This record gives sequence, structure tokens and C-alpha cells, in this order.
Amino acid sequence: MNAGSCNGCDIEFVASLTPSYDVEQLGILVQGSPRHADILCITGPVTHNTKKAIQTVYGQVCNPKAVVAIGSCPASTNAFIGSPMVDGPLNRHIPVDVFVPGCPPRPDAIVEGIAKAAQIVAERRCQPASGEGNSASEEQAQ
Amino acid sequence: MNVTSAIIRLLLFPGVLFAVPAAWLFLWLERKSVALMQQRIGPPFMQPCFDFVKLMGKSTPPRQGVNGLLMRSWPILAVGSSIGALALLPVFVHFDGFAGDLILFLALLELPPFFVIAAGYTSGSLFGEIGSVREAVLSISYSAVFVTAVLAIAVSQHSFRLQDLAEAPFSPLRVVGVLAILVCIPAKLHINPFSLSNAEQEIYAGPMTEYAGPELALWEISHGLEWVTMTGLVAGLVLPRTGFWAADALLFVAISLGIVLLLSGVAAATARLTIDAATRFYWRCGLVAMVLAATSILFMRSAL
Repeated sequence: MNAGSCNGCDIEFVASLTPSYDVEQLGILVQGSPRHADILCITGPVTHNTKKAIQTVYGQVCNPKAVVAIGSCPASTNAFIGSPMVDGPLNRHIPVDVFVPGCPPRPDAIVEGIAKAAQIVAERRCQPASGEGNSASEEQAQ
Repeated sequence: MNVTSAIIRLLLFPGVLFAVPAAWLFLWLERKSVALMQQRIGPPFMQPCFDFVKLMGKSTPPRQGVNGLLMRSWPILAVGSSIGALALLPVFVHFDGFAGDLILFLALLELPPFFVIAAGYTSGSLFGEIGSVREAVLSISYSAVFVTAVLAIAVSQHSFRLQDLAEAPFSPLRVVGVLAILVCIPAKLHINPFSLSNAEQEIYAGPMTEYAGPELALWEISHGLEWVTMTGLVAGLVLPRTGFWAADALLFVAISLGIVLLLSGVAAATARLTIDAATRFYWRCGLVAMVLAATSILFMRSAL
């Protein structure tokens, strides 16, 4: 989900979904609907306009869930610090589980971040079963 | 078909105990073969099973302004009708089918698309409704071809029993009917180039957009069961009978897997059509297949 990002992280995110990185071998799929997702990936420093949307989409993802903040912007608002349009960082609004810093981060770092989030989701399950860490779905709604 | 054999068929083979693992295998095989065709590694073998377990453990969102009972019942009904259709499949010779089971089979096959349409409208989501409209338009288009092809094969054998169709000696004319059925399968299974109703990233997930957790898991299983039923139908129609049940079952599974690979190849090689192009395809090209299938009956009947 894009929360006011400059699109740099989004481009790297899309690159991480290409066949050369093949996230499906880790069981990761891009899901269109937040209802189907386990992991919410968010880019951008969180602008005033996107605050409500982030909370809505976060609420739509069913438990257990995890949030991955992609890039330096959601972690620290990065170059946009002090801007009157920005109400970041992201963890002021929703709990963040994994930060993938970088401006923008490399696709392999993003994939590693999502894999870590998948482990967190697996640990949060009511009835943990072996190998469930693989079955993560990922949500990106731009 | 007495009660015991009906229960065995429903719960053991080719019912739940066989069909659910087979559904997972088919879903995995489809994803894996598409991945290999795109020079990727693809998902692990147990992935569809993991996904099912994962979804069963997730919470269901609170719903406001929609009928929760209806929302919950559609996936259960879809799974039920898919298993019912599967149980009627003629895998073995002499299973004591009843006269007219083909009509029940066709009705049960037509029910899951109906439930998908109903689910999209019940969810009240805009994307769900768009998906439902697309599914409705598409299912009207392919059903004409599909039902005519199946009925053409049935009429050529003077029987509405699936068993008689499966036992009938192989005829080259039947190939036309089987081809017409094959043309309809991608639309029935919502795979490329006819993945319009659940067009991911385009209308989110179509009718399934508002579904989550165990209900979504049931939809996935229902989709997998449709894979098993449709490939099983074609396999049952082209299966050469050896007379030995184990060889029959193995051949049945092998032909089904071959059809899954064929459909995955088509799905990987094509892009999603627009709704008017898809409808036009079925009303034009499909109609040709339909007429050919219907004409072939005349020749088959005169040959009998």
C-alpha cells in the first residue's frame, strides 16, 4: 500500500515480484483483497490523506496479521521529516512488525522482510503447525 | 446405487477422501507448471494444503449490513455440490449408476458458478458485484456449448447414464464433443484467458473479495474440486477401459493430470480477455464446436 511514497520503493517492490526473485517458492502470493492477505506492505512517509486509508485497510486484514514497512520513509519519514503534509512515521498509526530500511531497499531485502513477517504471522497463530511460515500472502493495494 | 455405495462414493472414492488431496495436488500442479514455464521454481508441494490450514486458523471479519448467514452458506453449498458431482463420476465399470444421473451431474456442475454469482451479490462489495456480473455473462455463454457437447455425447449413446457414456466404445466422432467440453473448461475454472470473474489486481478478487478465513478456504477447496470434476469428466469420457479396476483408476488419474498440464499451459501462454471478447469467443467459436458436436451425433447414431 502506498502511503505517500515517491514510487521508488513501489518500483523495487514490483521488481521483487518478478520471476527472477520468484517469491512464490516461499509461498508468497500477491493478493488483491486485504481480506485474503496476512501481511500488509506499506511504503511512504504517511501523508494526512493516507492516514485513514491505512487504518481502514489494516482493519480489513484478518488476524493473525503482520505489517512490513518498506523503505526508510515509513520508519523515519526520511527526507520528508518536518513536512506539514506528513504525519509519520508509520508506527504512530498502526503496529509495524518488520522494517526494511533503504531508499529504496533492494528487492531481495524486501523478500527477506516479508519472509520474516511470515514467521511472525506463524508464531501468532492460535494453533501453530509446522511449515506454516511458508504460507504467507501479501497484500499490495495501490 | 444403494445407500452404502452412495456413501462410499461420496466420502471415499472419488468423493472427499480422494478429491480433497487431489484438489490440492491439482492446484499445486497448476501453480508449479505455470512457474516452470516462466522459468521460476514455484510453490512447495504442500503449499495448497498449508494455505488451507492457514485460512482455517484465521478470524472472520465482523460484517455490517450484509446477511452473514447467506455469506457463510454459499461456500458450503458450493463445496457440497462439487463433491456431489464428483461422486457421480464414472471411474470404475459397473458402479450401478441410476438412469438420468447425467442430468443430476450437469445440474450439480452448474451450481458452483451460481453460488459464486450469489456470493458476489450478497457481499455487497462493488468488486464482488462486477465479478458476479462477469461470471453470469460468461457462464451463460459457455454453458450453451458445454451442455450441448455433453448432451450430444449422451444422445449418441441413447442414454442419460454416465456409466453408459464411459463404457461406450471409443469413436473418433466423440473427440469433437470432448474438444467442445475442453474449450469450456478454462471458463468454468476461471483460469486464463477466461479469468474474468475473479480478475486479480483488476477487480481485486471479484465475488470472493469480501471473503476471509475459513470461508475463503472453502471457496479454494470448491475451486480445487471443480478442477478434479472437470478433468475427471473428460478423463472418464476418453478413458480406455482395461477391465482391471486399479489400472482404470491409475489411467483416470494420469489422464486427469495430463489435462491439468494442458490447461496450465494454456493459462500460462495467454492473457486475460475482455468480457466482450470472451463472450464473442464462446458465441462464435464455441457455437461452431457446438454445431459440430451436435452433427457428429447424427453420424454416430447412424453408425450404431
